[in-house]
Amino acid sequence: MTGSPGAGSLIGASVRRTEDRRFLSGNGRYTDDITLPGQCFAAFVRSPHAHATFRKISAQAAYQAPGVLCVLTGADMNADGLGGLVCSWIIHSADGSEMNHPAHPALAVETVRYVGEPVAVVIAETRQQAKNAAELVEVDYAELPVVTDPARARDAGAPRLHHDTPDNTCYRWELGDATATEAAFAAAHHVTRLELVNNRLAPNALEPRAAIGQHDPGTDSFTLYTTSQNPHVARLLLSAFVGIAPEHKLRVIAPDVGGGFGSKIFLYSEETVCLWAAKRVGRPVKWTAERSESFLNDAHGRDHVTAAELALDENGAFLGLRVRTTANMGAYLSTFASAIPTWLYGTLLAGPYVTPAVHVAVDAVFTNSAPVDAYRGAGRPEASYVLERLVDKAARELALDPAELRRRNFIPVDAFPYDTPVALTYDTGDYQASLDKALEIADYAGFAARRAEAKARGKRRGIGLSCYIEACGIAPSQLAGELGASVGLFESAEVRVNPTGTVSLFTGTHSHGQGHETTLAQIVADRLGLALDAVDVVHGDTGRVQYGLGTYGSRSLAVGGSAVVRALDKIIDKGRKIAAHMLEAAVEDIEFCDGAFRVAGTDKAMSFAEIAFAANVPHHFPPGEIEPGLDETAFYDPVNFTFPAGTHVCEVEIDPETGVVRVEKFTAVDDFGTVINPMIVAGQVHGGLAQGLGQALLEHCVYDRESGQLVTGSLMDYCLPRADDLPAFDLALTETACTHNPLGAKGCGEAGAIGSPPAVINAIANALDIDHIDMPATPEKVWRAARRA
Amino acid sequence: MSIPLSLTVNGKTVSTKVEGRTLLVELLRDQLGLTGTHVGCDTSQCGACNVELDGRIIKSCTTLAVQAQGASVTTIEGLAHDGELHPMQAAFREHHGLQCGFCTPGMVMTALGIARRHAEPDEATIRAELDGNLCRCTGYHNIVKAIAAGAKAMREDQP
Repeated sequence: MTGSPGAGSLIGASVRRTEDRRFLSGNGRYTDDITLPGQCFAAFVRSPHAHATFRKISAQAAYQAPGVLCVLTGADMNADGLGGLVCSWIIHSADGSEMNHPAHPALAVETVRYVGEPVAVVIAETRQQAKNAAELVEVDYAELPVVTDPARARDAGAPRLHHDTPDNTCYRWELGDATATEAAFAAAHHVTRLELVNNRLAPNALEPRAAIGQHDPGTDSFTLYTTSQNPHVARLLLSAFVGIAPEHKLRVIAPDVGGGFGSKIFLYSEETVCLWAAKRVGRPVKWTAERSESFLNDAHGRDHVTAAELALDENGAFLGLRVRTTANMGAYLSTFASAIPTWLYGTLLAGPYVTPAVHVAVDAVFTNSAPVDAYRGAGRPEASYVLERLVDKAARELALDPAELRRRNFIPVDAFPYDTPVALTYDTGDYQASLDKALEIADYAGFAARRAEAKARGKRRGIGLSCYIEACGIAPSQLAGELGASVGLFESAEVRVNPTGTVSLFTGTHSHGQGHETTLAQIVADRLGLALDAVDVVHGDTGRVQYGLGTYGSRSLAVGGSAVVRALDKIIDKGRKIAAHMLEAAVEDIEFCDGAFRVAGTDKAMSFAEIAFAANVPHHFPPGEIEPGLDETAFYDPVNFTFPAGTHVCEVEIDPETGVVRVEKFTAVDDFGTVINPMIVAGQVHGGLAQGLGQALLEHCVYDRESGQLVTGSLMDYCLPRADDLPAFDLALTETACTHNPLGAKGCGEAGAIGSPPAVINAIANALDIDHIDMPATPEKVWRAARRA
Repeated sequence: MSIPLSLTVNGKTVSTKVEGRTLLVELLRDQLGLTGTHVGCDTSQCGACNVELDGRIIKSCTTLAVQAQGASVTTIEGLAHDGELHPMQAAFREHHGLQCGFCTPGMVMTALGIARRHAEPDEATIRAELDGNLCRCTGYHNIVKAIAAGAKAMREDQP
């Protein structure tokens, strides 16, 4: 028998992180920290216009500047026969046609379509020389009219971005039963309607993106150091689509990465160009983004315009939901852009509720703005915002307690597995439990007294709820393939057992803040009965780790961790065979527990380290019967998503004189299934909440509608949450273990950003007694709303 | 590389030459190889580059290297002694005050400044004092706890 998860002492323990020491002592190794012999530097020439054509790039002056090695353009890439950047998820419109997928060259050719688009690259001896010379490159732009507002992109007079894309439309996708939804609305006692905007966001991982391309002429092989959440996917795209080198001649290393939040999933122009240019100039080529480049060119998130309607009966039961969304793709399709407002959005619109009929239609459009793709939550925050705002407005219109209306419509605990009308099967959950716990912690019952007390001080106090569900660990590969994915969605793990009994785990996931080096080591140490420091976790290097899919969509534990468990099971199985031989017993009689292989009912046993040594020094193995070694590999392809869910409660106080909103109390009760490290999980929730509160109150990427200039192009203009913008958070967990993976884990990375924005806006609407206010609820907007109310 | 520059970095004397435009952070990272000090923005907003210069916590991305002429600079690499983390570093680990680690060196340096200027900083003080530092991972919740605990540990270290 094998040890079951939870049998040891490390599952559920708030182990302090093993990676912290290097980060705390300045020994982290991020891409920009790496210096390769002979490296030179790239600076990009970027379009100052949102939409323009050009015929000529004049590099003469740049070539004469000090230190310049070369200036390269899109024409040079074409001459080398390279492909462009691709979107790896093909969506089909409701009429069956395939989405429009316009060409996306790494360096613009003839046309630029957003401010900041890379047009050329200057490579020089030093960073400063490259930047100086980039300013000397002249491009003969002829400006074109601009559209940045997704709601206007399909208008008759709107400028067309791509000649092969009529009406600037990428696709017109639908999900759900339109006829049944129509009937539900016809039979409704009450219909609640709401129009809302999900504000565009800039991810702003604190480490700017960076890359170093390197070419080895001896083997004609390439190495790319880059800030990636999924180096194997970057390698696949660079090989199969851009065509720089075949995969076996290309190594992608994502060393320490300073946050990602989705923005480092995608393959961008800059790392592509640095890699290609390294062979052209015969030296390593390095580029590190300035923050302003990050604002201009890193994929943004959200940017939806939505009209939604909820049909209810006389008891407040939900009968139907109709959602019509326009999603901004930006000027080009980023790597996974098309999947975000479809399979990661429409499918989540049932929420935690029994709503018999749901229909959603999404128009994805191109505009003169940076590409939009996954950002923490990726589609699910947009879904929870629509639904939880709509439910709150319905409660207001029907004069029902918002908690009570939600309670009446929850999927009951005995209804699982539950098939939603929008293509998902929820395996398990208990939404009532997290609502009850959250209301208790938030002292929902005592709110009226706090509101009255605030009112006496001239302040408006409000409370808002959000009951979210989300989907993590997107899977299985077969289904994803049917839905248009171009990649698999499994994860891999390789566990190497060293002769002395220490273990090296190679995971295809990537840690850029999530603490995998600790959490995954806990799983290994727990199951093998080892000390935590006997386990090393290796990730982020295609030269060391077998193919894997990386980290996004809160998948690393549920999918990557499950692969680890499968590999450990194989090791324990083999260990039992070795032990049976060494201890002269039958395999069936060998038990493995507490780190020892034991003949059942006897005191004959060998420790894991002894078996590891015997496996690697197999002097006594019967030839042909047992292979030497104790390394094992596993690939885990989940049978379903996992479905974290929970309730967030936000309490705000508003100063009607200034419009300033203070979040006085924020409670999050989440069900992540089995938790391996509660300390790390709480940290993930804190971070998600900060980004959710940032979206609700502070953050907004704004393009000028006339010029297409990015108005919020620096941290002086784009408001990231600071410590005194946020409260301390009250967290708690409920637990229904995932039913279909060996850990029972669901995923916790994005829930904070998914559940919190509607809770904040619901609290503000409650405080001001208004129907709606768009995010971000800045003091100006709130002040105006308070004056109107 | 025209201007001669002498200063002390993490207790060691450094003599080098810099350009007039060279920033202190460029000197630390590019010339001295002290890559623990990070650059997270270009507008002096994020504080990832914070170091100690003659007892004050400053942004090394907005300080010219020549301004450190004759000064004593301490970076994140200079805090641990004999392999043992400084009490503030240890508090960040104990309270999970870091995730991706990129803002962490600047946060720890800022925390030292807070602890020196406030005997027992409360939550509101710490949050207000962090207005020059950005973290995108932690929501600051555990950073605030870590700084309070680190300040306490520093008091107890030096009665």
